[in-house]
Amino acid sequence: MSTASLNRAFALLLWRDLLLAFRRRTELLNPLLFFVLVTTLFPLGIGADPALLRAVAPGIIWVAALLAAMLSLDSVFRSDFEDGSLEQFLISAQPLSVLVLAKVIAHWLITGLPLLIVAPLLGLLLHMSGASIAALLLTLLLGTPVLSLIGAIGVALTVGLRRGGVILSLLVLPLYIPVLIFAADAVATSGAGLPITAHLSLLAALLVLSVSLSPLATAAALKISLS
Amino acid sequence: MAAVATDTGLNARHLACMRNDRNLFEQLSFRLGCGQALILEGRNGSGKTSLLRILCGMRQPDDGRLHWDGEDIFRLGPEYHAQIAYVGHRDGVKQDLSAGENLRLARGLGAPNPAFSIEAALDRVELWEHEDVLARNLSAGQQRRLALARLLVTRAKLWILDEPFTSLDSHGIDIVESLFANHLAGGGMLAVTSHHPVSLNDADIIRINLST
Repeated sequence: MSTASLNRAFALLLWRDLLLAFRRRTELLNPLLFFVLVTTLFPLGIGADPALLRAVAPGIIWVAALLAAMLSLDSVFRSDFEDGSLEQFLISAQPLSVLVLAKVIAHWLITGLPLLIVAPLLGLLLHMSGASIAALLLTLLLGTPVLSLIGAIGVALTVGLRRGGVILSLLVLPLYIPVLIFAADAVATSGAGLPITAHLSLLAALLVLSVSLSPLATAAALKISLS
Repeated sequence: MAAVATDTGLNARHLACMRNDRNLFEQLSFRLGCGQALILEGRNGSGKTSLLRILCGMRQPDDGRLHWDGEDIFRLGPEYHAQIAYVGHRDGVKQDLSAGENLRLARGLGAPNPAFSIEAALDRVELWEHEDVLARNLSAGQQRRLALARLLVTRAKLWILDEPFTSLDSHGIDIVESLFANHLAGGGMLAVTSHHPVSLNDADIIRINLST
């Protein structure tokens, strides 16, 4: 297969997933709504002391983003599995890992990018400083694609199971923890006025690692799930 | 290796498949060449679908080998997949895409067939006026025909079909049988399971009954 047809299949699948999401846009609001609700409920629960909120804000926002990403994971392959599209991807003339990457990128654009857009507002709500909000955006930009990429492996492994939800969380959460630690700490560090280059480099390294390995692992997992 | 040159098409040798510790079939051998149709028969649960999934390369046989033009299909991977088209129980039609969008995707994922445009393929299964209709608004029989139109838009030589006549009316069946006849006449191959008798007139048919 030539590179041109590979690029075309990649673009076609990306476009298809965005179009499908657009046609079912109410479903797409769920993770975003969850993210906003959890973050706005915290000040009500723990009191509106600005110093306290500023101290816990990085953790709250990142935990909420992580859980929102996990909530949305199931939709990566579920409907394609149920209507047989996934079988068609498996026997398509293009390598499955490339198709998987297109699907994961679409999934991030649909569920991860909106989190980035509302995050600055939530940062203001929690009295974060300008520098912290900038750091928060950078960590979300580097971190949420990692969540989608790692999550895709877990979903691919559990998509054939009737009740895969619990197993999915158990599989995926431990792998999410490094992202959470580095990202939340980066935001807290920047709040204290210290440089966060090291944190960002580590997050970027995680992103590069997961972009290069996750599609291969996801494709292999899908082959097992569907056989 | 003089045998290799004549070894075209699909060659199955001593295939076996197990399910829930039960042998569905074993020592199954056949050879499917240009213009030939393989019709699988057998009771429910006799392994017809499993065999088709093995032929697609989605499932590994528990024993035996499967060669395409003399090469192992699992080694060929996407190269083999470019030669096949599969329509299974779950027909792979996306409900929230229109008929035309569904076919365009299928075309992009396979090796596009220059002989059939999207419109020509829809026309062939008599869905030409439904190109912009979402698949969820088509009837069950129309969705089935849409799934089968996918066979036309790629250059697949081997069509693998699991119960293609499900929910088709007699006119729909006639359309699909004429697709089969044309495909076989053009040197294509067919592997099909069906509870409905498949009439392929004078085609070269291999019948395998998995229940015996």
